[in-house]
Amino acid sequence: MIEAFNGALALLILALALWTVAARDSFAAAVGFVAYGMLLTLVWVQLQGLDVALIEGAIGGGLTGAMLIAAASRLRPTQAALRAERPGLPTRLAAALVAAGVTAALAAAVLALPDPAPTLARETADNLAATGVGNPITGVLLAFRALDTLLEAIVVLFALIGVWSLAPDRAWGGRPGRLERADPDGILAFLARVLPPIGIVVGVYIFWIGADLPGGKFQGASILAAMWLLARMAGLVDAPPLSSSAVRFALIAGPLVFIAIGAAGVWSAGAFLAYPDGLAKPLIKTIEWALLPSLALTLALILAGAPERPAR
Amino acid sequence: MSDAATLFGLCAAALVGLGVYALIVHPQPLRKILAFNVVGNGVFVLFGAVAHRGAALGWGGDPVPQALLITGLVVAFCASALAVALLLRLFDETGSATVASDPPEEPDADAGTG
Repeated sequence: MIEAFNGALALLILALALWTVAARDSFAAAVGFVAYGMLLTLVWVQLQGLDVALIEGAIGGGLTGAMLIAAASRLRPTQAALRAERPGLPTRLAAALVAAGVTAALAAAVLALPDPAPTLARETADNLAATGVGNPITGVLLAFRALDTLLEAIVVLFALIGVWSLAPDRAWGGRPGRLERADPDGILAFLARVLPPIGIVVGVYIFWIGADLPGGKFQGASILAAMWLLARMAGLVDAPPLSSSAVRFALIAGPLVFIAIGAAGVWSAGAFLAYPDGLAKPLIKTIEWALLPSLALTLALILAGAPERPAR
Repeated sequence: MSDAATLFGLCAAALVGLGVYALIVHPQPLRKILAFNVVGNGVFVLFGAVAHRGAALGWGGDPVPQALLITGLVVAFCASALAVALLLRLFDETGSATVASDPPEEPDADAGTG
């Protein structure tokens, strides 16, 4: 039964990926990509990666999809001219050959994976008790591989700086994106009032249980960012001007706390990002609490895009 | 248990192939970004399948690659967001969105980047 479900899921995903690749209209392709991202969350559930399923649904399908749909609708006027640039048959045949070669090589690698599979689960389990957290993925993210997570939080910030630096001079420090207007009595404005209270509770809950069960700050922050995006699309809130010091401080507060705790580990535990005995869990929770609002704001502002309107 | 890993591993290999094809063939940058995401998803699912094969001690997968996947998905989102922002800026400046060396219509004047 479950094999049949998995087989159908794999076929459906391949069909949707084909649609995303082959649809004539970019907008239709982006919509197909969202459906495909949502189905991928089911793949993650089948692969027993519930934490990954949550992030795939929130960021992979949700935020990326919303961003691509918005871009596709804005770029619609250019589509007809660009379609004429479609490469000829020889290029497409060569591309198909390259793609088939890549797929064949990867498939051969999948079928040749070693058995029994190498795993770090035992090492993680042996050392997880020292961190005090129950969710092994949170343990890996914030204790064993905390440096990766710190750099990731900074990469997210760099992406935002990259997006901001695309602002035209007159709009530097201004408000991002266009001012959205929606029918104040329409269904979008209605949902933008009803859903955020629920979404905020869900986002904070997913963050809160992340220490012991699937969930965590990235998943929670994505959901909070999505709720803000919804209210912004309905014209209920506007993005803050990016020259605001409060906004800029909120963006860097999380990474700064992370770096400060990491640096404190140099003298209290002998290494950068090491936690002293017995204090691991409170320190991990402090980092998570500090990162959540910064990450949510950073993701929301990345989605809002480069500043386009002067701060006035 | 590893049936699902093999099935979705092969599915991921096909996704990467589809994405590579679209990345080469589509002239529109937005479609290239979409294709890039399909390649990325394929790589992530393949990695997830390998993580699932490492299941032990009652956990459904090896937690180390699963944690790296979370990092990877967030970074992939950031890369896509930067690409989309570059594309929208190109469109605002030139009224076109092409990566061809000879764009369909040249802007008549430098639109004042700096």
